[in-house]
Amino acid sequence: MGLLSDPSRRKVLTGLLTRLNTPICGMPVEWLVKAMQSRGLEVFTQSFSRKLPFPDENKERYMVRGTNVYGILRAPRAPRTEALVITAPCSPGNTNNQAVALLLALAQYFRNQIYWAKDIIFLVNEHDLIGTQAWLEGYHHTNITGMEYSPLQGRAGSIQAALSLELSSDVITSLDLVLEGLNGQLPNLDLANLFYAFCQKLGVLCTIQGKLQRNDWDTAEGYTHAAQTMMLMVLKQACGRSWGDHGLFLRYHIEAASVRGINSFRHYKTDATTIGRLLEGMVRKLNNLLERLHQSYFFYLLPSLSRFVSIGYYMPAFGLLAVILLLRALDLWVHLGAPALAAVDGVTEAEQPSSPGVLTVLTPVVISHLTGVALYLLPVHLQEMAVEHFPVSETEAVVLTAIAIYTAGLALPHNTQRLLSGEGTEQGWKVLKLTALLYLAVLLGCTALINFSLGFILAVTLVPITASITPHMPKALYALVMVLLSPAFTILYCVFIYQELIEAPVSVSEGWMLFLSVISQGILDHALYGSLVYPLLALFIYPCWLMFWNILFWN
Amino acid sequence: MAAPLTLLLIVAVTIRAVLFRSSWAELISERVEVVSPLNAWKRVVEGLALLDLGVSPYSGDVFHETPFMIYLFHFVVDYAEIVFMVSPGLVFCLSRFLTSLYLFRKQKYALESDRYPADCLELLRSPKEMFYIPLKVAMFYLLNPFTILSCVAKSTCGLNNAIIALFILCTLKGSALLSGILLALATYQSIYPLTLFAPALLFFLQRLYIPVNLRRSSFWFFTLQYAFIYVGSLVVITGLSFFLLGSWDFIPSVYGFIFSVPDLTPNIGLFWYFFAEMFEHFRLFFICVFQINVFFYTIPLSIKLKEHPVFLIFMQIAIISIFKSYPTVGDVALYMAFLPAWSHLYRFLRNIFLVSCVLLACSALFPVLWHLWIYAGSANSNFYYAITLLFNFGQILLVSDYFYAYLRREHHLTHGLYLKKKDGTEATLVLK
Repeated sequence: MGLLSDPSRRKVLTGLLTRLNTPICGMPVEWLVKAMQSRGLEVFTQSFSRKLPFPDENKERYMVRGTNVYGILRAPRAPRTEALVITAPCSPGNTNNQAVALLLALAQYFRNQIYWAKDIIFLVNEHDLIGTQAWLEGYHHTNITGMEYSPLQGRAGSIQAALSLELSSDVITSLDLVLEGLNGQLPNLDLANLFYAFCQKLGVLCTIQGKLQRNDWDTAEGYTHAAQTMMLMVLKQACGRSWGDHGLFLRYHIEAASVRGINSFRHYKTDATTIGRLLEGMVRKLNNLLERLHQSYFFYLLPSLSRFVSIGYYMPAFGLLAVILLLRALDLWVHLGAPALAAVDGVTEAEQPSSPGVLTVLTPVVISHLTGVALYLLPVHLQEMAVEHFPVSETEAVVLTAIAIYTAGLALPHNTQRLLSGEGTEQGWKVLKLTALLYLAVLLGCTALINFSLGFILAVTLVPITASITPHMPKALYALVMVLLSPAFTILYCVFIYQELIEAPVSVSEGWMLFLSVISQGILDHALYGSLVYPLLALFIYPCWLMFWNILFWN
Repeated sequence: MAAPLTLLLIVAVTIRAVLFRSSWAELISERVEVVSPLNAWKRVVEGLALLDLGVSPYSGDVFHETPFMIYLFHFVVDYAEIVFMVSPGLVFCLSRFLTSLYLFRKQKYALESDRYPADCLELLRSPKEMFYIPLKVAMFYLLNPFTILSCVAKSTCGLNNAIIALFILCTLKGSALLSGILLALATYQSIYPLTLFAPALLFFLQRLYIPVNLRRSSFWFFTLQYAFIYVGSLVVITGLSFFLLGSWDFIPSVYGFIFSVPDLTPNIGLFWYFFAEMFEHFRLFFICVFQINVFFYTIPLSIKLKEHPVFLIFMQIAIISIFKSYPTVGDVALYMAFLPAWSHLYRFLRNIFLVSCVLLACSALFPVLWHLWIYAGSANSNFYYAITLLFNFGQILLVSDYFYAYLRREHHLTHGLYLKKKDGTEATLVLK
């Protein structure tokens, strides 16, 4: 991230770019069009542009422009109502140079077959996810992310399934399957089973999360390995970003998966023909589908490619965590109602009126949510001002502003109690805690329904401390515990755990830089693709956490 | 009192104005929980367009509003937002009269009549407590998220609520003529307020000290008078509608639509899932069963609550908004606005925590499960209907809980607060 921290260097580069007025990485559009046309496809292009809210490390500029090229193979004897998509992102350099070649080879082979019942679209997109998003929005005539694109000239019917290829060398040792999509959405498990079945049939080594399967399920090492694979899937799903180009298809109810070829140090290598056969087999299976994939699970976790944990197994775990919050809320309710019952027994004491209590509860709630709104809006809007006053790049400015607002929120609610004239009664904090517990329970429930992993991770870190917090505890210790279990630190722990699990452990400073890049990626994902993790954390989870922080410092 | 009310009005208007101008307005006006085929603004605009073209607005089965509504909007369509913001104001006016006219007077009579046991004094409300009730009713209606959503979506449910509120206002003020006319107007808008005839009648009878005795001629005299006003106004209004548009098209389009439920778009009601699954052979039978469900509870409730007609009005409105064919959150907001008027029943409520949790959770889960069903494709209609069922269960529990609390308070007022069984131990009341 420090490459462009020097403002003078940045100005020079920006000047160079605006003069060139072309993206750095070029996609050979004309060559692709000619190549696809010579293979008998109907070829069309789509140009798109998107203004990024702030330049991230990969793109280093505000405006991203590109072109998608796609060719449609029309099914020879079928009505053109359904389609399949095979996509290969065209990235600069060596990261995906073989996939386009494989795509064109497949196109040529498919053209000669007569059994296609659905049209097949071969899509080569630029700028990875941005290009895919532009193409999907053009295809479905929506505009949910503010992208500017030229309308698609050719179309092929409703898309039933999609596959994304990533190959960086022409021989591979294993194929990795990537399932996690935007907002933690997963394709139907049948697609994963299909991939695994074909790998078994052709003798190709297949992995998930980059880890091979083991056969010793009973041993401790086998169990640990499976648990690590599952943990990786949970972490990837929780961060809400799309881990392959397929992730954006899922939002349009199109089952999609990414297949990534990995070339590591093994003796047995698979060549491109076998990969082609595998893909051909998968596409033929998808071609034979009479209806959309819906028979298998949509919500699952994979400890390996041949085992899965379905929602019926993992949701009760989350349910039990949510029940803790509800039971604590019920307990508080009973305690709040108890003084009223005591007064019934004849002795008319001065009852604590509950209606002024509404105002004492309302103030921390409003202030917490305003802080959350500030955390959501200000980092992107204030980046120019921050860049003027501090020697940081825009990305760093955004991330550091976010962290600054987050930390400032810790100081703020501490004092609102003193502003209100001495309403720090027993009743007051109990009412606030009741509201906050119910709010957190509903929030975690809704999150777990949409993105289970995110809901679970938040529940595991937030539920114990929030259920047990009261103003009567040792403030320093519990303040430290609360900060260590706050959402920002949860992200930090997840970064370290993720690095451990992919067997690339990092030092503290590298971890910190990764953490900053994760935050900037989260904000960017939300602006570009509509990922919900950042708004959820900023607008709902963080204010909820602030309310509990307020309770800790009630007196 | 004036200052908090003014502040409340300013806050309410600001929230609505801000939401009207933001990009959320379009999103909200498409939510199925907030608009139904009967009261969606999109359909009103469609009907206006058809009317401008000279075609009957009821052709094409899109528009299901009454002719009065279409002519009202014909003139004020440019000021639609203001119209929708004014209608909650009418409900707010009602809240003032609800307390000042009815509740204060009843309390005064109760204290003077000296007919309550001594230990029940704490059950009666002091004027100081009741002073804040108009503010609370206004707050419950104006700041209720359901009302705000309904207003921002420009659903005509807000106008229907205003008419019902005006009807209650006129009933409480004692004007039988206006009450009859407004009830006819409310019935003309959507048929279900027909059930409010009984509580209004009981209120007037109570007010004029006419005992509810089927053998007394004074009872029949007044009933026939009121019924004549009501039915007469209804006939006049329907006739006027005929002359407005020149045809009887509106009867099958509006009332036929409400009764026969042909549109099965999911909403927060109970009809859509059943009728989506049903065979045609049984459709008529189940339509009758479901519709009778709305009207049927009037009879036993009127018999039980014949001395408490205002509470009966509240129960009836609640039952209408739970069991009607196309409910929306605007209907729910109407009866929820009256809950502060019965805040003295709070101590007798048994399930209020459960009910609040269920209603809150369901309101949050409606959009989540809709997204999972329609957009993500991971869920199906069963999930959404489960939340609908849970929401209606919560509402029914709320209404029956208030009913229990009301009856229990009345029992205490006549029999003393601390009930003892025959052998002197403490007794508990059970609602059978």
